[in-house]
Amino acid sequence: MEHFLTEVLADHYNYWAYIALMMIGLYAMIAKNNLVKKIIGMNIFQTAIILFYVSIGFKKNATIPILDAHGAHGHEVVAHAVDYINPLPHVLMLTAIVVSVATLGVALALVLKIYREHGTLEEDDILNQLSE
Amino acid sequence: MLSQQYPALILVAPLLVSFVVFMAGWSGRRGVAWPLSMVALAVTTLSAGALLVQVVLHGPLSYRLGNWPPPMGIEYYVDHLNALVLLLIAVVALGNLLANRAAIARDYPGKEPVFCTLYLLAVAGHMGIVVTGDAFNLYVLLEITALSGYSLLAMGNRRAPLATLRYLFMGTVGASFYLLGVGYLYIMTGSLNMLDLARLIPVVAGSPAITAAFVMIMAGAFVKMAFFPLHAWLPGAYSNAGNAASSLIAPLTTKVMVYVMIRLMLTVFGTDFAWSTPGLNQTMVWLAVAAMVVGALYALSQRDLKKMLTFIIVSEVGYMVGGAWLGNRLGMTGSILHIVNDAMMTFVVFLAAGSMLYRTGSGRFESLQGLFAKMPFTMGAFVIAGLSMIGVPPTCGFFSKWYLVLGGIQAGHWGFVAALILSSLINVVLFFRIFEIALFEPFAEDGGHGHGPAATAIAEAPAGMVATLLAAAAGLIILGLFTGDIVNLVINLAIPANLI
Repeated sequence: MEHFLTEVLADHYNYWAYIALMMIGLYAMIAKNNLVKKIIGMNIFQTAIILFYVSIGFKKNATIPILDAHGAHGHEVVAHAVDYINPLPHVLMLTAIVVSVATLGVALALVLKIYREHGTLEEDDILNQLSE
Repeated sequence: MLSQQYPALILVAPLLVSFVVFMAGWSGRRGVAWPLSMVALAVTTLSAGALLVQVVLHGPLSYRLGNWPPPMGIEYYVDHLNALVLLLIAVVALGNLLANRAAIARDYPGKEPVFCTLYLLAVAGHMGIVVTGDAFNLYVLLEITALSGYSLLAMGNRRAPLATLRYLFMGTVGASFYLLGVGYLYIMTGSLNMLDLARLIPVVAGSPAITAAFVMIMAGAFVKMAFFPLHAWLPGAYSNAGNAASSLIAPLTTKVMVYVMIRLMLTVFGTDFAWSTPGLNQTMVWLAVAAMVVGALYALSQRDLKKMLTFIIVSEVGYMVGGAWLGNRLGMTGSILHIVNDAMMTFVVFLAAGSMLYRTGSGRFESLQGLFAKMPFTMGAFVIAGLSMIGVPPTCGFFSKWYLVLGGIQAGHWGFVAALILSSLINVVLFFRIFEIALFEPFAEDGGHGHGPAATAIAEAPAGMVATLLAAAAGLIILGLFTGDIVNLVINLAIPANLI
């Protein structure tokens, strides 16, 4: 039990957080009938993965990855990787955020088109209209 | 030297021209959209052809974007496997745009620049997915392809926006799973370059995190390629779209995702790892069997030409996934060969369907009556493609199915062999039903059949469409005749030598 609490839960809480967020998003995408709510669910789903990436760059007792090239007294210092948070996952997520915003834009444009055609955003009503 | 820039050129030409086309459209010069796009795609096609020749003559080549050395910089890596797929994408994209000039002007009035912009972006995305040697870069290009694809597919009939939105939901989940898997790979190896990953993964292959990464990446690829039971988005999205858009996306997107799966299995994870999990091979092949049979049965229940063709895609994806997971060289060869053949076959059937719909306006089976008399060339090409889908020699469809059957026999997987033959037989019914409707119906009044209304005048689709269609249909036979060369010179070298 103690192993479970410390090793599995406490040391890996970032993984649990992203999985919980992902499942909330997935639930909204599957269970909600309103198309905009589905899109919100999709966004939560994507954000969960962004948070996962951001969290894996973290190191204990490390600082932001800006090298102090001259040190305190003007001497050159050697940079140790352990002293700095890994910036690469964060850089990757800049791209992923752009992708997620673009996806949101396309999705909302589609919803707009659907609303103009059918006058509603409830998926059941739209399907009823289409099957008539 | 320009010849060293081919790997970038295939991507940069459509990407840059897409902006030019968009700006030109904005400033009122709509007429330049189609010619400029043709030029860009011609450059891409020539570069892709030259790349394939270079790779066949001199072996794989690596291209450093911005001259940053891998694994830090993004590397474009071209070997036998993707050189073949690159040329395939370029040819299909060029042929489709050439054929659809009149259809684009008619179906998207006033929106030609927007259509061409999205079209070029989609082509650039597909090319990028195939050429890139970087796992994260692949994700970005995957989304470029997907986003331009959604926009193209949504410009269709009144059902298209909702069907596309559903595709968007599924596609985003698929891409997110891929991204998540790449994240796990990065945690374990600290690298994103595919060749670098291939070197590092064996060191940590025992870790469950690597297995999790493999499963998530594969799940993402399966969603994107509409592998049964994750195929539900495909038929609606493809069948409600405009014809010029669906005949680009239907042949390419699913096949490119099969390529991604094979690339990850062969290069990144290695077949030793991919095939090592007990029972996984069997499960995958049985799922492929289900895809083949269910896709074919759904196709059988359709009364609309395009809808029927989309279910055939679902079935064909089963062929390729099954072949790749049979666990032997013959199956893998068949799978790669079928990427090429199926893309060409799908292209011809969708282009023929677009050509028929250009005149009839509806894909319902009853509106196809008497088409052999009205559109003899279109129907001729459709017959060749249908025979190829069924697998009649010397069309190319026969040869890839032959390799797949041999692979199934070698693996001792009789279920796969039986499903392949069954789905081919269902294809016989599917296509001959349409031939019958188009040739014999409406039945002649005097009781004798076999003669359609004799006085029907020929009303073919525009000349550019018919010419492209005939050339592509001839291509199916040429591909079939040159199967030996394709397998010996390209595919054999694309599969690692230690795989038997």
